[in-house]
Order: sequence, then structure tokens, then C-alpha cells
Amino acid sequence: MKRFCSVFLCVVLAALCLFGCGKKETSTLTVEAEYPRDYEGTVLNVYNWGQYISDGSEGSLNVNKEFEKLTGIHVNYSEYDSNESLYTKLKSGGAAYDIVIPSDYMIARLITENLLQKFDVTALSNYKYIADEFKNLYFDPANEYSVPYQFCYVGLIYNSTMVEGSPDSWGVMWDKKYAGNILNFNNSRDAFGVAQYYLQQDVNSNNKADWDAAFEKLKEQKPLIQSYVMDEVFNKMEGGNAAIAPYYSGDYVTMKEVNPDLAFVYPKEGSNASVDSVCIPASAGNVEAAKLYINFLMEPEVALANAEAIYYGSPNTAVTSNPDYSLRGNEVIYPPQEVVSKMQYFQNLDPETLAYINNLWNQLKIS
Amino acid sequence: MKKSSFFSRMAVAPHMVWAVVFIVVPLLAVIYYAFTNAKGQFSFESIFKLRDYLPTIGLSMWFGLLSTVICFLLAYPFAYFLSQKQANAQRTMILLVMLPMWMNLLIRTYSWMLILERNGILNKLLTLIGLGRPNGFLNTGGAVVLGMVYNYLPYMILPIFTIMSKLDRSVIEAAQDLGGSRFNVLFRVIFPLSLPGVVSGITMVFVPSVSTFYISQKLGGGSFLLIGDAIESQFQSVNNFNLGASLSLILMVLILISMAIMNRFTDDEEGGMII
Repeated sequence: MKRFCSVFLCVVLAALCLFGCGKKETSTLTVEAEYPRDYEGTVLNVYNWGQYISDGSEGSLNVNKEFEKLTGIHVNYSEYDSNESLYTKLKSGGAAYDIVIPSDYMIARLITENLLQKFDVTALSNYKYIADEFKNLYFDPANEYSVPYQFCYVGLIYNSTMVEGSPDSWGVMWDKKYAGNILNFNNSRDAFGVAQYYLQQDVNSNNKADWDAAFEKLKEQKPLIQSYVMDEVFNKMEGGNAAIAPYYSGDYVTMKEVNPDLAFVYPKEGSNASVDSVCIPASAGNVEAAKLYINFLMEPEVALANAEAIYYGSPNTAVTSNPDYSLRGNEVIYPPQEVVSKMQYFQNLDPETLAYINNLWNQLKIS
Repeated sequence: MKKSSFFSRMAVAPHMVWAVVFIVVPLLAVIYYAFTNAKGQFSFESIFKLRDYLPTIGLSMWFGLLSTVICFLLAYPFAYFLSQKQANAQRTMILLVMLPMWMNLLIRTYSWMLILERNGILNKLLTLIGLGRPNGFLNTGGAVVLGMVYNYLPYMILPIFTIMSKLDRSVIEAAQDLGGSRFNVLFRVIFPLSLPGVVSGITMVFVPSVSTFYISQKLGGGSFLLIGDAIESQFQSVNNFNLGASLSLILMVLILISMAIMNRFTDDEEGGMII
């Protein structure tokens, strides 16, 4: 036992050494803005979605490390997996973050509950790169609280060897031919969304009859569903374990690399658009460093590295006009205007409606 | 009872502080939230809402019971034969039992997803011999129970083994000398003596099984809502702390009742529970 332990430790140590000495630190990054070292030695607490930044893997740019080298500010980086868990953290006040990157409807909710602070985006020199269509969005009409980071759309991913023809409607998720081969979202808002697009409803309705109708549709669908998934969708679609799944456009590009049989379509009824934007919580302690960080994220090279690593759409014109950008003009990530015009943003629902749909969601699970 | 000295009181002080701050206060918070509404007023609102969750509570109890019984049936013979082995062999076997626990629960559960999947290893092998299932084994109640049994089995084996290996051999030999059949020796001598280990094993498997959440989501395909999942969603996504707290409270009450029933079996045993 003792010997086993020591051998194990030796292996671990050797591995650590190899990793440690593997790379030499050379920065090839060129930045456009000025980054004063006034905040050297301070800590910046960044709270972001999981796998939502270029982190240096596979030879990519390590965004946080580059920022540390440039400014001397230590980035304390942590991750969350849903807007709701971010909300709970901010609301309960147990943790202080300087940077958070929530989605549209959550930003609206955080603003109404005074959990975000205003900052002057025009004072950030790289803000000029943000495309106009991503300014003045409904959740932040005067651009006072947020700077768009990445965006994506929900569409239908299907396995072309398992699905006949090329579906163009959400109706395929109710097709009995594919019973046991259909996945749906495992969160109430997105799952209800699928039924709502199909029924051509307003996804932000506060009319209970609308939600009841969508609920009936989901109940009708339940016997055909293989499972309700979030991240598991990657393994299931990549491994050919399911035929049809609604999911985010950027994630499809990741799956397609593993399984070339997969195809993607924006159903004709429309779907959901979402934007994740960089914000500063009201409780932030290192606001000036946070502004430097936001400006840094908009640097053409940094934004490009992020867009290449995450595969989501970039609102940064320096990225979308860069001829070296591998996803430039990709119709899944950057769909044409007639598709985008049919997309609906999720908006923050009133607490009563939220409680109502959550109750319906539980009933669906129990039924 | 001996009067405790100043030093012994000082020695337990850190533990007492710990227990009060991290066990008693949170428990009081759970009770407070369970009996108030969103505005902080006293109310039975969320307690009444529990009615909607009766199927969930029932399912959790059933799965918890099932996995506890299966764990017991697997662990008892294993622990018995293990206790008969040489000390060296015992150490190796116990290490093997513990080995999976060095890995994170989430990773272990995720691996089971890949194994049980339609195109997973298990279904592929079974299909070769004509026993495969077109949809694989994932997303079934069986998969959820399997996940619980796999994860909690060591907690059943270890306490039973500890008791078994301390059993007085001479008692068993006496029973054999006095002409007890193997059946009699096992059920009237060994089993009663090992009961404290069995009870703590059952406790240590039943409690986490009933309150499981992650396993049911991943292996049940999101179609088996257990009470742990319901609590998690109240805190994580719905942000209804009151309902979450009342669900937690009912879970604690159910577990306490189960423990009380279990303890009746060991009341007259020396040593009692060894948790």
C-alpha cells in the first residue's frame, strides 16, 4: 500500500514537472488600447459560463494569462452552468464578482433588482468594434450596463443517417417515426420554447392559456422523448445515440467536428436568439480593473481567439471582417437576415408566470 | 456520569462551535424558510404545495429502498467471505472496494451514461450475442437504481465487514460444536451479531439514495424527478427558497422516521449504531 502510494505520487510529480517546463512564456499578442499597470497586484474576480473563453488549450491564446501579463492584475476565474445559478449567487450576496457574463433576459432581471452597476461603455476604446445591431438591445436600451460578448441561436440538430430528408419545421419533434430518438432541453424555458415556436406563440407571453397550450404539446411529445438533456447532448448526438435535438448553433459546430453525419437547420417557425453580455455586478470591488478587462475582451485579437475557441457568433466587427477567421460567413453561426428576423429573445417573465411554468414543468416530469 | 473537567470541555469546544454554526443554524434556517412565504411572513403555503410533489417523494422512497435492499444483498455475502480471508487479501480487496471512491461521483456517473447508452459498450456487446435492446439501457428507472447501487455499495460493505472481522470466532465454533446446522449458525448466530454493522450500512446507503439528485438526472434522462432534483431546481433555477426548504424538511422528517424504525431493531443490541 505504502509503496503503491509513493509510486503514484512520483508519477504525479513527474507529470506536473513535464507540464510545468513544457512551454516557454512568450507573448505574441498585440493590443490596441492602453493598459496602465495602476492596478498591479489587485485581484479581479471573473465569473463566466463553463468553456466560454479561449483558455490556451490546443495552442490557442490564454486570454486570462495574457491579461495578467499585460496589467499585473491577478484574474480569479470561476465558472457557472446556468443563468439561474449565477442569479442565486449574486442575489444571496455570498460571493463578490467583478465581471459576470449573463444572457439577455437575466441581465434584464439583474438590472431591475439593482444587482448590476452602470459604466460608461463609450469610455472603452475598443467599443467601436461592436456591431450596431448588438447595441441598444431590449435588455439594455441605452447601453449603460453591458457589452455584448457572444451570441447564438437555437436550431434543430439532426443526424442525417437517421432522419429522412431534410426537416424544416419543429413539427419533426412530434413525428412518431422518431419515437425514442428525440431529445429536448432539460430546462423549462428552452423546452417550452420548442413547443411555443411550433405553436407560433410569443415566448414571453404572460397569458396562462398560452403556457397551458404549450404544456399540452410537451405532454403529447413526452412519450417520444428519449431524454431531457443539457450538456449530455454532445455525447448523445456525437455518438449517434439520438436522431434529433434542439440546441445552440455554436455547439452544433463543435459536434459536427466529431460526427460529420450531423446536420443543422433553422426551422421555418423561428426560434430563440440569445446574447451573452459582459456586466459589472453592483457589489464589484475592483471596478476599474473590470473595465480594463472588458476593453481587453474587445481587442481584435482577443475577440478573435475567443470566437475561434467557443464557436459562438461574435458581435465584434474586427472579428467578422477578419479574412483569417475560420467561421467567417458560416451560415449556422451567422444566419442570413430572413432567418434572424424570425428569432425571438427570451425576456424576463414576471414571478407569477415563472412560478406557473415551473409548476407545469414539474407536472410534465412527474406525468 | 462523570463531571467533565475544564480541559475536556475545551477539547470539545471547537467541535461544538462547528456543529452550531454549520449544522444547527442551517437547520433552523431550513425550518424558518419552510414556514414562511416569499415576503417572510409565517405561512403554510409551501408546506401545502408539497401535495404536488407526492409522486416525487414516493418515487424517491421507492428507489432508495430498492437500492438499499440490492446493496445489502450484494454486500452481506461479500463482507462475510471477505472476513474469512487472510489479512493480506482483505487489505487488497478493501482497497479495490474503495478505489472507485477516489474518483469524483460526477465522473463515475457520467461514465455509466456512456456505458449504458444505445451505442455504448454494454449494448454493443449484448447485441453481438442477440441480447441487445434497441434503445439501450439508459433513461430507465433501472439505470438510476444501478447508479445508486454502484455509488453507495462501499458504504454498505465497509461497516458490515468491520463488524464481521471482529466477530468472536469462538462463538461461531461453539455453535458449530453444539450441532448447529450451517443455516442455523448463519441466521441465529452470525447475522444477529452483525446487526449493528448492517444497520449502519443501511443508514449510510438509504440516506444518500433517498436524497440523490445528480444520478437520476444523468442516468434517468431527466424523466425521473426525485426529491433531490426537486430541491435542487427550487434553489438553482426557480429561486423559491421556501418551497425548497419545505421539500428539504419533509426529506429530513422521512429520513428520521426511517432511522427510528431501523433503530428499533438494534435497541437491545450492545453498542448500538456505529456511524
